[in-house]
Amino acid sequence: MVQLTLPKNSKIKPTGKHFPAPAGASKVRTFKIYRYDPDSGENPRWDTYDVDTAQCGPMVLDILIHIKNTVDPTLTFRRSCREGICGSCAMNIDGRNALACIQGHEECSGAKVSISPLPHMPVVKDLVPDLTLFYAQYASVEPWLHTETPEPQKEWKQSPQDREKLDGLYECILCACCSTSCPSYWWNQEKYLGPAALLHAYRWIIDSRDEATGERLDELEDPFKLYRCHTIMNCTQVCPKGLNPAKAIAEIKKMLVERVV
Amino acid sequence: MAAYEFIDHKFDVVVVGAGGSGLRAALGCAQAGLKTACVTKVFPTRSHTVAAQGGISASLGNMGEDDWRWHMYDTVKGSDWLGDQDAIEYLCRNAPAAVYELEHWGVPFSRTADGKIYQRAFGGMTKNYGEAPIQRTCAAADRTGHAMLHTMYGQSLAHETEFFIEYFALDLIMDDGVCRGVTAWKLDDGTLHRFQAQLVILATGGYGRAYFSATSAHTCTGDGGGMALRAGLPLQDMEFVQFHPTGIYGSGCLITEGARGEGGYLTNSEGERFMERYAPTVKDLAPRDMVSRAMTMEIREGRGVGPKKDHIFLHLDHLDPKILHERLPGISESAKIFAGVDVTKEPIPVLPTVHYNMGGIPTNFYSEVVTKAGKDPDKVVPGLMAVGEAACVSVHGANRLGSNSLIDLVVFGRSAALRAADTVKAGATQPELKPAMTDGHLARLDRFRNAGGGVSTAALRLEMQMAMQEDAAVYRTSDALASGVKRMEAVNARRPDLKVTDRSMIWNSDLMETLELDNLIGQAVVTVVGAHNRTESRGAHAHEDFPERNDKTWMKHTLAWFDDKTGKVKIDYRPVHDYTMTDEIAPFPPKARVY
Repeated sequence: MVQLTLPKNSKIKPTGKHFPAPAGASKVRTFKIYRYDPDSGENPRWDTYDVDTAQCGPMVLDILIHIKNTVDPTLTFRRSCREGICGSCAMNIDGRNALACIQGHEECSGAKVSISPLPHMPVVKDLVPDLTLFYAQYASVEPWLHTETPEPQKEWKQSPQDREKLDGLYECILCACCSTSCPSYWWNQEKYLGPAALLHAYRWIIDSRDEATGERLDELEDPFKLYRCHTIMNCTQVCPKGLNPAKAIAEIKKMLVERVV
Repeated sequence: MAAYEFIDHKFDVVVVGAGGSGLRAALGCAQAGLKTACVTKVFPTRSHTVAAQGGISASLGNMGEDDWRWHMYDTVKGSDWLGDQDAIEYLCRNAPAAVYELEHWGVPFSRTADGKIYQRAFGGMTKNYGEAPIQRTCAAADRTGHAMLHTMYGQSLAHETEFFIEYFALDLIMDDGVCRGVTAWKLDDGTLHRFQAQLVILATGGYGRAYFSATSAHTCTGDGGGMALRAGLPLQDMEFVQFHPTGIYGSGCLITEGARGEGGYLTNSEGERFMERYAPTVKDLAPRDMVSRAMTMEIREGRGVGPKKDHIFLHLDHLDPKILHERLPGISESAKIFAGVDVTKEPIPVLPTVHYNMGGIPTNFYSEVVTKAGKDPDKVVPGLMAVGEAACVSVHGANRLGSNSLIDLVVFGRSAALRAADTVKAGATQPELKPAMTDGHLARLDRFRNAGGGVSTAALRLEMQMAMQEDAAVYRTSDALASGVKRMEAVNARRPDLKVTDRSMIWNSDLMETLELDNLIGQAVVTVVGAHNRTESRGAHAHEDFPERNDKTWMKHTLAWFDDKTGKVKIDYRPVHDYTMTDEIAPFPPKARVY
């Protein structure tokens, strides 16, 4: 009989450390946070923190920073702009991928709010996932303007109507919430490009200034790169910027059909 | 000390930082055939350029007649005559080409009806030398920085730049006054790296996080400025810190000046559009230093809004919702998330918030770092350049105009690359690095990694931020600044007493924040000391005990050296370049700055 072993460090120790709320705390809420320290050689664990939310700002990132500043400086997570534009602090909060900086903790329903790294990516440490593959897939769609026509002295002209076609696409912040929420991506991420990269592919395909539409479509005409999208729609559900990668993927599929008929 | 080993790399050019200026510089160096590395502590599209909203200035003239000379005049006047006019000429002449280049790379600019790049009004941008506001700021809705940064990262993927992502730069490798490279710590595996190069370009951004409330990202810790100070180099004009008039009350998140460019206006508790009193010609489109002062004055005189009467309202509710949706969608979202406000119905509560550092590493308009040596105020530091907010060219002088920062990034990122192409020979032999050049880097890292004192990084950082926030604010007094100097001396003195809890090497963010704090402290010290030293008011430095600009004594750049061991600051000066780059335009002589 085949024996399967789970990868190293995939088993999470059921009990980790518990950090009680300070004396006199007025509004206590419990946060259960995934911890993994690669230097220690130990398996991951769940630590629980009872936080006095009266001392914090409203967002989950405020909670994490409060813990790091006053309770446990070893807690590690990425963060930068704190206003939902840089895409650093994407993580799984209360069972759903989100940006910690614009996710209010009061909007989380669980009695204990669980916080873990983006799903199905290798974990570097605590809430920091390894996004190397995700970035490589983004690069693979050649996210730059392809032109053959000699450049004009001034700008390429683009009508407001053509420019409008980029709305809902160019705003992507590459946070990876969408791709890492997609079951198809979990299963086939070596071959399936995932919603974020495909959204970007479409952003360049539909740009009236781009002159490589055919080549771009050729690149995507592949049973795995594009067609592993099974319209599960998790991507669109979780996008913290309100974008619709599933629709962009559907548009690419439509264009591929249209060019044969 | 634990044994640390370096992994060695050799390049022609190493760029530190991958925001707008770093990416532009790296791209240009790679295009010139130089072997180029770009070392960055965050993935490129996480850099703070991504948060720039309103736009990028250039006299394209898409909305009516414009002229780079008008742009130059506005920038000189905006700088309160502390800007170097040769550099400002370079900036404004090259701005249109830089914007067209971005457009050719694919930046999704908003468009006019005839398909040209859309331009909006911005503070201090005028036509015909100050006559009336002009639409000069090229915009991609209110996400211009995001659109630029993502496009530039895409473009650099198309070229031969080698990225070293999530490498935290430690220190400059200096060899008798010559820069020979930079050391860095790779976060995801804990290894240390020595990047040898003929030229290092610092593009590390500003140090907004020296203050408690800033629009700046958590990562804006001015690491390049910290490295320059430790290398014994001076920083220039650090007392000039820009407060953006419209940070969201409470969270400090940015609401673009473009909101006023599209017709938004500020009101006090009496519902008065008070900017009409302070700047009759341009009103709400006055430069940022003036609007921030006016708001502070209104609040001080009891006309603030809210239960504590401690902020101001920004109105967009009179604008067509279609315009808001099309041109200001990002800030409409931010106002909802961070202030709970529907901008089509209610005003946004706002407050002047630290936003930008006019000061930085002094450079000439080739982006080469300069210092003062003996009588020579323009002595080039071999092997070192600086660009973007980390640098002080100085095109912004005492006050930057909105949308002049994004253009600064690409124009001087490009100028650095052009100069590199002229001065660096691809593949040239480089002298051997000696351990003595980097022993100090390792000792510093090890000291902080094992720091076992009595004050946590977060606690000391807060102490610094409160001192800066309270004592080096929009308005300054001799007493407040003296207090600020004292408080920062106390913060600096506690550096040896820092406590780091995490001792690991892989993604040790406790250690990284400590190294960042160390970078911030030196810069905060020279900021407050420089401010205390400058006994006049100019641009963003509003000194209540010396309310007038004093050109006779103070039309000069402050240079400040920081002794890392003693915490002492040495101050000297460089003359302002009151001459232009070419003889095609005469310099603008100083006059009263009224709008």
